[in-house]
Amino acid sequence: MSVWNKQRREEEPSGPLNTNIRPAPPAPAVETKKEATTLSSMSSMPVGRVEPEPARGGSATIGKAVKIAGQIYSREDLYVDGDVEGTIELMDHKLTIGPNGKVHAGVKAREVVALGVVQGNVEASERIEIRKDAKLVGDIKTARIIIEDGAYFKGSIDIVKAEPKAAPSQPRPQPAPAPATVAAVASAADAKR
Amino acid sequence: MLSERLKGFLRASRSAAEAGPPANGGSVPNLASGPGRGEVSETRQSRGLDQFFGSFRDQTGLSILDLGGAHQENINFITSLGHKFHSEDFLRIFQETFGEDIADQSNPGRIDYFLRQSLEYPDEQFDGVLAWDALEYMEPALLAATADRLFRILKPKGYVLAIFHSAERKETVSCYSFRIQDLRTLQAIRHGQRTASQQLFNNRSLEKLFHKFESVKFFLARDSLREVIARK
Repeated sequence: MSVWNKQRREEEPSGPLNTNIRPAPPAPAVETKKEATTLSSMSSMPVGRVEPEPARGGSATIGKAVKIAGQIYSREDLYVDGDVEGTIELMDHKLTIGPNGKVHAGVKAREVVALGVVQGNVEASERIEIRKDAKLVGDIKTARIIIEDGAYFKGSIDIVKAEPKAAPSQPRPQPAPAPATVAAVASAADAKR
Repeated sequence: MLSERLKGFLRASRSAAEAGPPANGGSVPNLASGPGRGEVSETRQSRGLDQFFGSFRDQTGLSILDLGGAHQENINFITSLGHKFHSEDFLRIFQETFGEDIADQSNPGRIDYFLRQSLEYPDEQFDGVLAWDALEYMEPALLAATADRLFRILKPKGYVLAIFHSAERKETVSCYSFRIQDLRTLQAIRHGQRTASQQLFNNRSLEKLFHKFESVKFFLARDSLREVIARK
């Protein structure tokens, strides 16, 4: 993140973009990112109005040379192009199984996109896409399914209506800390390589 | 050996595609949507389909097995009726298991292996099976074993819908994938040819094939196509 911020700061012109904006007081590192974005996009905005930046979900990756056996819990989107055996849970996030991905696991996610091989039951609360050259063997539970011609699917499909989401104002209790996030596992594996 | 078989299959597919649409007396080939390159599609009325889903009228939550693989249209149609969709790519497994080897289709060990790969389900699991034209390419021993297995996995009063293209002896027959458009309409997409079974599919032989079933109904459609509804 710090690298990204450094680049943005270097790109900024030396003079002020909008003279109505006063330089913000020194802020923690996380805040710096917001400030840089706001400056570059505020010229047409009313003075003093700051639009909240849309949340950018991060994405973890399991590369094609990585093999993981065990349970994966992730609180961000996950791209699997390697081998995974066990279970994958991304309750509110998207799982993409890349063309080289081989997943022998039970999967639970908000959205699942399969381009590689999946063997195991899949629950996708919003939708699942099975692309042309994908192979999926297992039972599917989802609200919506898209399957391309040429995809191989063996199993059952149960269409379940998506549950209405809880009101955003209500704070959700924080879940107990996960054993290990995918990002940590993947980066450790990448470091090995 | 295997590559030779594959080459033969691909050659047949190519020549079928080059031959253009079949002379089917009124059916309209449709290349605009649905089929991929080299495939020909036509829309046709299906009384068999009407009967099949008509028998499940006012019921939901049934288990329907589609042996034609998973196609978006069929999934949408069946799940929109409130049923559970099960998919088997039966002909792909058939091709992978036997290729063009006819003799192998009489080998009890190979038949057993094939049925374990393609129809390994508990007894009386399904309310209906859409077999489409999957049974048409099989030799008698394999065909009888498959019909027997279909009988086992169907619930009592369950139905099978099967389609047989011709009662005449032919070297090859076109193979299709069937997409449900509505309760009475099918889109048939032709995608190549396969070696025809040595068996003839007339009413008598089909009655014999489904002899365990309580009733067998035939609907003769254009192009000598027979739609068969068998009830357990």
